[in-house]
Amino acid sequence: MCLAVPAKVLELRDDNMALVDISGTQREISLMVLDGDAAPGDFVLIHVGYAIEKIDEEEAARTLATFEELSMLDEQLPEGEDPLA
Amino acid sequence: MSVLHQFRDSTRAQAIIERIRGRNTGDISIMEFCGGHTVAIFRSGIRTVMPEHVHMLSGPGCPVCVTSNGDLDRAVALAKTPGVILTTYGDMLRVPGSRESLMQVRAQGYQVEIVYSTLDALKLAAAHPDREVVFFAIGFETTAPAAAAAVLQAQAKGVRNFSICSVMKLTIPGAKALLAMGEVKVDGVIGPGHVSSIIGSDAWRFLPEEYEIPVAISGFEPLDLLAATDAIMQMHEEKRPALVNSYSRVVRPEGNRKAWGAVERVFSLAEASWRGFGSIPESGLVLREEFSDFNADLRFDVTVEDSAEHPACRCGEVLRGVLTPPECSVFGTACTPESPLGPCMVSSEGSCAAYYHYQRQMA
Repeated sequence: MCLAVPAKVLELRDDNMALVDISGTQREISLMVLDGDAAPGDFVLIHVGYAIEKIDEEEAARTLATFEELSMLDEQLPEGEDPLA
Repeated sequence: MSVLHQFRDSTRAQAIIERIRGRNTGDISIMEFCGGHTVAIFRSGIRTVMPEHVHMLSGPGCPVCVTSNGDLDRAVALAKTPGVILTTYGDMLRVPGSRESLMQVRAQGYQVEIVYSTLDALKLAAAHPDREVVFFAIGFETTAPAAAAAVLQAQAKGVRNFSICSVMKLTIPGAKALLAMGEVKVDGVIGPGHVSSIIGSDAWRFLPEEYEIPVAISGFEPLDLLAATDAIMQMHEEKRPALVNSYSRVVRPEGNRKAWGAVERVFSLAEASWRGFGSIPESGLVLREEFSDFNADLRFDVTVEDSAEHPACRCGEVLRGVLTPPECSVFGTACTPESPLGPCMVSSEGSCAAYYHYQRQMA
């Protein structure tokens, strides 16, 4: 139900709509609840016809890098830090 | 978008699996609160590579499944109201209500339409000005902005034949209700990725801070789920419960304030009825008074009596994580995806359907 799929913005349209490419299929979706602007070329996450978030590719690459050696926890909580502080 | 495909990379997955296998946690129960995760965990085979002492549990994360029969019966009654076209998301149609499903209602000649989006329901209302289009809104925080946006658009465009019957629910009161029941041991939580994209990862801080339960927000690819599981195990092992966001490419600490702002503008909190849990205070979203024109419950005089579950169906216990689907006596026999007795076997992300499609083959 909370399934959301990545899509590439192809074209901005009237009425806060956009044409996007979802794995090769083109579809018109709404940008009404997206926080911030989207431009052609951006990747957004689509849920029930609405873009709900932009996908941060740099952040994706950083996350992948942490998988190489560290765990997520080592990355986000440096040793000795009180996690509840 | 090659970087996103790398979240399925098997070499990296193997490295995380090795780390998980090396962790000295003892028996550990990890629960996800998202039906999408339930399916992703089964489909990716993650259950099959976990050490025996790691127990993966599913919580009340499937919106179709937690919808009570009383609420579903109301949708059935709305669908039978003269002039109404009832619209809803796909899985809901086949769920057996107390007496009949929406699919059976449709077979009697009433108009029940599956929509992919609230945008489609609005289009239907524009195309049929002589009919009343009612959207039966199920879903959690991820889905609520689409319902709010539809109401705001209907208001802005003066669409008068569109209304919503909201049975939408919030995941956090559901999670708290489950923990308060104390029936099931939860040592760690895989936090719902797309719910969190809306409400923010910070919304889950109460788990480590109030319950000392580690939580890792996760995406839906195998590496996301493995990394989240590993982070939970490490926090459990080191006895330092915290919040980890392993889905930071999508989820921000504060979430999507614009989307949640639209939800708060249109809806207010109310008591809601959850299958398996009963009533949970302030866990549901109902239309605010100023949007009464769009409230199907006020526009149509519908009463529902004597709602009941199928006597053999144990979906409620499955949703609370106290019963695994194969432990139910009708699982795979009287209750199958072709002929389901309860929603957990109907919904594509219900636990019973997931066990039926994936685990049964392995047994």
